[in-house]
Amino acid sequence: MVSIWRACAYLLLLAAALLFFAPAAFMLIGSLKPDAQVLAEAGRLQAFLPGDISLQNYHDVFVRVAFGRYLGNSLFITVCVVVFGLLVNALAGYALARLEWRGRRLLLAAILAILIIPLEAIAVPLFYELSLLGWRDSYLVQIAPFIANAFSVYLFYSFFLGLPREFEDAARIDGAGSLRIFFYIIVPNSRPAFATVAILTFLTQWSAFLWPLLVTSSERVRPLPLAIANFYTLPPLQWGDIFAFGSMMVAPVLMVFLLLQRWFVRGIAATGLKD
Amino acid sequence: MNGAPPHSATGWLFALPASMGLLVFVALPFLLSVVLSFSNLRMGSPLPLAYVGLEQYRRLFADPAFLQALQNNALFAFVVVPLQTGLALGLALLLNQPLRGQALFRTLFFMPVVFPLALVAVVWVLIFAPGPNGLLNALLHMLSGGAWQPRDFLHDPHWALPAIMLTSIWQGTGFQMVILLAGLQGIPASLYEAASIDGAGPGARFWHITLPGLRNTLIFVALVTTILSFRLFDQVQIMTHGGPRNATATLMFEAVRAVFERQQLARGAAITVVLFLVVLAVAWLQRRISREQRAW
Repeated sequence: MVSIWRACAYLLLLAAALLFFAPAAFMLIGSLKPDAQVLAEAGRLQAFLPGDISLQNYHDVFVRVAFGRYLGNSLFITVCVVVFGLLVNALAGYALARLEWRGRRLLLAAILAILIIPLEAIAVPLFYELSLLGWRDSYLVQIAPFIANAFSVYLFYSFFLGLPREFEDAARIDGAGSLRIFFYIIVPNSRPAFATVAILTFLTQWSAFLWPLLVTSSERVRPLPLAIANFYTLPPLQWGDIFAFGSMMVAPVLMVFLLLQRWFVRGIAATGLKD
Repeated sequence: MNGAPPHSATGWLFALPASMGLLVFVALPFLLSVVLSFSNLRMGSPLPLAYVGLEQYRRLFADPAFLQALQNNALFAFVVVPLQTGLALGLALLLNQPLRGQALFRTLFFMPVVFPLALVAVVWVLIFAPGPNGLLNALLHMLSGGAWQPRDFLHDPHWALPAIMLTSIWQGTGFQMVILLAGLQGIPASLYEAASIDGAGPGARFWHITLPGLRNTLIFVALVTTILSFRLFDQVQIMTHGGPRNATATLMFEAVRAVFERQQLARGAAITVVLFLVVLAVAWLQRRISREQRAW
């Protein structure tokens, strides 16, 4: 009885795993095949079997578009938002969780209220506001608005609330200032919170599409998601090239994901803390 | 409170950068969207800027394209939320068993979550390719023993929205599964043991322990997915551009179209205010349902 149930569970899982893996496999394997072969085999099982492996498609991507430029843009924008975001939001979370000052409760309430506003709800006026400032088509317009993040502040705030106060009190008695305590005591003891926020921010920024579509026009500052949307409309339609572009675009995230999987899963599950 | 609290200056200083950022880039635009939605602002328009009251909203709700978009979002939520939540729950329940290879399966199901939506959309355009050589067409042809007639999913008014739904389910299920799995692992094992001693079978344990224990988590994932359904944009922009005949247009797609194609910032702002009200209503609903649970 138990073994039948177990066999069924395995079969179901295996079937689901195949379905979930198929699109990614289709992309990765297709990226290694000549274009004519991808097309001819799309409807057959061979689509999932590596044939004559070649890196020609990868080469073609670099020849046809400025892939290096897009990759650099995405990396630069993402890294800036992650690094500045960690600093700014952790400091705010610390001030809210651990320091006593007038206006603390008010700010906390404001941040909890702001949490509910999705980017989509403010994209149009934000676009207008920053156009008036002449920020369009720059790195700045893709970085600055996303550094301060209400959800990150909230995650840091809840994490810091749970840290034991003893270390901090000892350091304070020894005469350490708040900034010192933050960097030497809070930060080293809060790796899970920093990893969670870093991963969530990284994923969001690496995938950003709507905002760059609104505010950028030149290739100079174009990030990868916008670039692939343009690339696939670029004649001639070459499936192999598109798949190579896609594979290179997802490779950095996938690598970080496989290395830090535990943190990813924790980070995503942390969004469940939202209420 | 007597006198100034001990860390007044430091507290302010630490919170200042984030507060300024949120004020300038979130709160201000949010207020601006409400203000703009009551105006006639249009970039490059010769008309003077004026207060027009609820005119933008009146026009929106008289515009078939907008109503269609709103309806598409609602339909998307209506189909995707139960399907995706059910699928994620099924996978989470399977993975919550002591099975070999559990970690590998979890990795596989979660993997699409790290794929940028723009990339997912492009890959699925190719999966939905028309003609007998399209991957999905060929698969359905094979599974149906040759009965399936190949179609052009993304250009067929009946199939375009379901195609986008399928794409979104592929990308989003892993996210829900991980949260549900965490919820399952939070149910004390002692409850199951006690139930087994009392003679409860697997079905009874599921209905009386698993589901109640998972209730708030299920509400959370279902409502987060509902909110995501109303924010739907990337797939629409890339896969169908709202077509065919507006069959896949969404609120956000209409907002971007208003701004880019017609320079109607006021209309775009009004659409996003409607979007926000929907999000707010869903979040309020979640609070309410979850709170009821706590009161019991």
